[in-house]
Amino acid sequence: FDSRLPLVNRSDGTKNGETFAPAKDQFQEELVIRPLHSGDIYASFQFRTLWDTDFLQEGQKKVSHYRLFPKSLGQVLSKFSVQELHISFTQGFWRTMQWGQPFIPSPPGAELWVWFHDTVSDVDGNWKELTNVLSGIFCASLNFIDMTNTVQPSASFKPLGLGNATDHRFLRYATLPREIVCTENLTPWKKLLPCGSKAGLAVLMKSEKLFHSSFHSQAVHIRPICQDEQCTSKAWELRQTLNVVFDHYTSGQGKKEWSLFKMFSRTLTEACPLASSSKVYVDITDNPELFELSPATPLLSQAVVLGDRRTYSVYDLTRAETFGQLRSFNLLLRWKGDNMLRPLLHAERYVAGFGLQTGEIHTVIYNNHPYRAFPVLLMDSVPWYLQLYIHTLTVTSKSRDNKPSYIHYQPAKDRHRPHLLEMLIQLPPHSMTEVTVQFERALLKWTEYTPDPNHGFYVGSSVVSALVPSMVAMSTNFTQDQPLFSSFVPVKEESSYFVRVYTEPLLVNLPTPDFSMPYNVICLTCTVVAVGYGSFYNLLTRTFQVDEPSPPLAKRLANFIRRIRGVPLLA
Amino acid sequence: MSHDFLQMHLKAVISCLLIFLYKVHTTKAGQFFSSGHTNNWAVLVCTSRFWFNYRHVANTLSVYRSVKRLGIPDSHIVLMLADDMACNYRNPKPATVFSHKNMELNVYGDDVEVDYRGYEVTVENFLRVLTGRLPPSTPRSKRLLSDDRSNILIYLTGHGGNGFLKFQDSEEISNMELADAFEQMWQKRRYNELLFIIDTCQGASMYERFYSPNLMALASSQVGEDSLSHQPDLAIGVHLMDKYTFYLLEFLEEVHPASQANMNDLFKVCPQSQCVSTPGHRTDLFQRDPGSVLITDFFGSVRKVEITKDTINLTSPVEPPIQRSGSGDIQIESLTYVDQLPVAEIIHQKPKQKDWHPPDGFILGLWTLILLVFFQTYGIKHLKHIF
Repeated sequence: FDSRLPLVNRSDGTKNGETFAPAKDQFQEELVIRPLHSGDIYASFQFRTLWDTDFLQEGQKKVSHYRLFPKSLGQVLSKFSVQELHISFTQGFWRTMQWGQPFIPSPPGAELWVWFHDTVSDVDGNWKELTNVLSGIFCASLNFIDMTNTVQPSASFKPLGLGNATDHRFLRYATLPREIVCTENLTPWKKLLPCGSKAGLAVLMKSEKLFHSSFHSQAVHIRPICQDEQCTSKAWELRQTLNVVFDHYTSGQGKKEWSLFKMFSRTLTEACPLASSSKVYVDITDNPELFELSPATPLLSQAVVLGDRRTYSVYDLTRAETFGQLRSFNLLLRWKGDNMLRPLLHAERYVAGFGLQTGEIHTVIYNNHPYRAFPVLLMDSVPWYLQLYIHTLTVTSKSRDNKPSYIHYQPAKDRHRPHLLEMLIQLPPHSMTEVTVQFERALLKWTEYTPDPNHGFYVGSSVVSALVPSMVAMSTNFTQDQPLFSSFVPVKEESSYFVRVYTEPLLVNLPTPDFSMPYNVICLTCTVVAVGYGSFYNLLTRTFQVDEPSPPLAKRLANFIRRIRGVPLLA
Repeated sequence: MSHDFLQMHLKAVISCLLIFLYKVHTTKAGQFFSSGHTNNWAVLVCTSRFWFNYRHVANTLSVYRSVKRLGIPDSHIVLMLADDMACNYRNPKPATVFSHKNMELNVYGDDVEVDYRGYEVTVENFLRVLTGRLPPSTPRSKRLLSDDRSNILIYLTGHGGNGFLKFQDSEEISNMELADAFEQMWQKRRYNELLFIIDTCQGASMYERFYSPNLMALASSQVGEDSLSHQPDLAIGVHLMDKYTFYLLEFLEEVHPASQANMNDLFKVCPQSQCVSTPGHRTDLFQRDPGSVLITDFFGSVRKVEITKDTINLTSPVEPPIQRSGSGDIQIESLTYVDQLPVAEIIHQKPKQKDWHPPDGFILGLWTLILLVFFQTYGIKHLKHIF
């Protein structure tokens, strides 16, 4: 807004012959709306801030002037020498079979994974402090992340940004499946945006509508990326993403008819003035003739995302004619057909067994490709109180044993470290692969139980990372004009795309003691001691003496008169 | 004669009036600076978990809302909610917490920052926040950074009894612990004046044991009495608020930042006819007269503003030196992205030897040394039995 700030294309000269450095940061925002075949609608917001600077370079002047990039995150990055940071808060579970693949996957609860710079000497100390600082920034209880739920994956979670540091000593991963997401997490998230929630696409984010949905996920991804095509220098990219799926029964009144106003109870009035691009994409690939979209737009764009070429209608909010006469932009979608997206990779997980002593974890991975086999990397992080028996681990595909080509297992240490199991499994085409492992439940110490132990204890989602063969050739060029939703994961080869699928988190009951028992035991013991000891003591020390009852009044009077007379008394 | 007398009388009356007005003016101005505090803090705690204790969260959020409305910023409020009601799966209207039935007032709102939530609300964390003895990595938003000129408002609600308050159905804080915590705060000069409000059953027992100066306390019921809840909402299915805090909220909605309402009005909130229980208060430890203490001394925030008409010259901005060097001489290699799933690399990855094992020769050498020392001490003649 400030007119004194330098702009890139300033044609007039500057005052006093000074030359201002061109603005080194830019901000883009976009919203993708994809109708799902079940009648629900999927909206994905992405806000990207690019900044050409280096937090981690030594010898340079420390960064002190923040314009679009939020200062709270910039200071965190430089203080803890963070190379990459990914944090997500999710409420609900992404139903792959019904909704297809999301643009940015995330597990239920909170997930945080960080790559530290290779100059860091004490990674664990930095990790602990970083989680505390982030818990203050995002108003979440991330301070519960400690050594008992942090793992160091050896092959999963390679950096999504630039860098050649692939020493997994600098990677830390943790999830908190119990973490809830509510307005108090959305408020600081919105404050990180350059325009806040006052202008641009962020005005649509009203918590009463966003949390009344089947799936809600907000995330922050920070990584270094190429500045340009030649890729000779780095730029920092901050992506804030918000994915939400609205259920057409609870918020749509059962009709396959959606509008921006119905989804968010707001319409768009202007683009964010600080944004260099502000666009709304609507996925109109399937059944275009059965699809009604208003206001109509001639702008169409094709993008290859998740292995499929899809067509989008584009609305550019930086152009005034998008808003029409009423100066407000409301999208109306009405469709009658079904567009069934069959996902190629899908995973499920559940606990089998009965009782409170033993159980079995089953992870089922489906490969729906008709003729291609591809490898997947399964990562499981199980808390220490479910003691896994790894000798009972079996991997079967099509009822035959399937030996993984790479297994990394780190056993748990009680109250210290969770189990980590990583396996590279080749999935045969059109098959179901089942991974089973038995476990025994531990009895926790009295103070380690949560205030509501009968709810159960959560086990974080498994992560399945895969390179899925793509039906359409993916583009490997890096261009600045690519829409944000197709440029999140860097593409190395054209024939496959990288996807990450999260399974459900598990809820297991641990044997829970009755916490009222100490009081009952004290009462019972004291009663028994009193009655038992008391009787025994009486038995040993009590002596009986004969005691004559006092005579009635007439006899007493008679005895009194006899005593006076000196005559012997009555009995 | 009578005319002169009348004039003199009139003059006397006018001068008396002027003196009276002057006195009122000075007392008003004097009052503005007599409170002695420069900043305001609030610690609002809800200690109950589970959906049927919705009303305790609504209580705390309504006080949070009033305090924010009257000027205390989020950075000066420590809000502790033991359970999440707004985004609870049983809430028919997600992201809302209502205080009035028929969903009239959403006290949760769109701009709320909860500092301690869920399992973090424990007696230990509460006492650590009060006394300031937190681990060094605690972020600022979770700390009570008050000084000796801060007025602090502490509001507690939940289930309580005679002499204790229950935290999350698993532990309690006693009135003696609370009194000692306040004494620690006084000794460390962490407050100027403190207002303590508690809305639980037998709430007056919690302030019986206070012994530090400058404390004022209010409770919703006396010892032996229960605090009752106000009204249920049939759509949500639970009681929405407690009676005392409901009437407190109604009272605070009338207060605005420039209001002159004082503590005596606060003591009159919710008499027995409305509340069924008898609210109590304690002012013997407080140095000022409660009638001269404004509500906004605790619920609002002091902003001392100095208006000036001078112009200030800003220096010209300092631009950072352009660091991009010419790409002629130095050969900069292009950076690449990492392969996300390098299958061949992963299969041939050797597991890292994390634990350090001493070399085998070391163990042998150690045992040899032990044996040699043994034989040296006890005589060489035993050695022939070994070799």
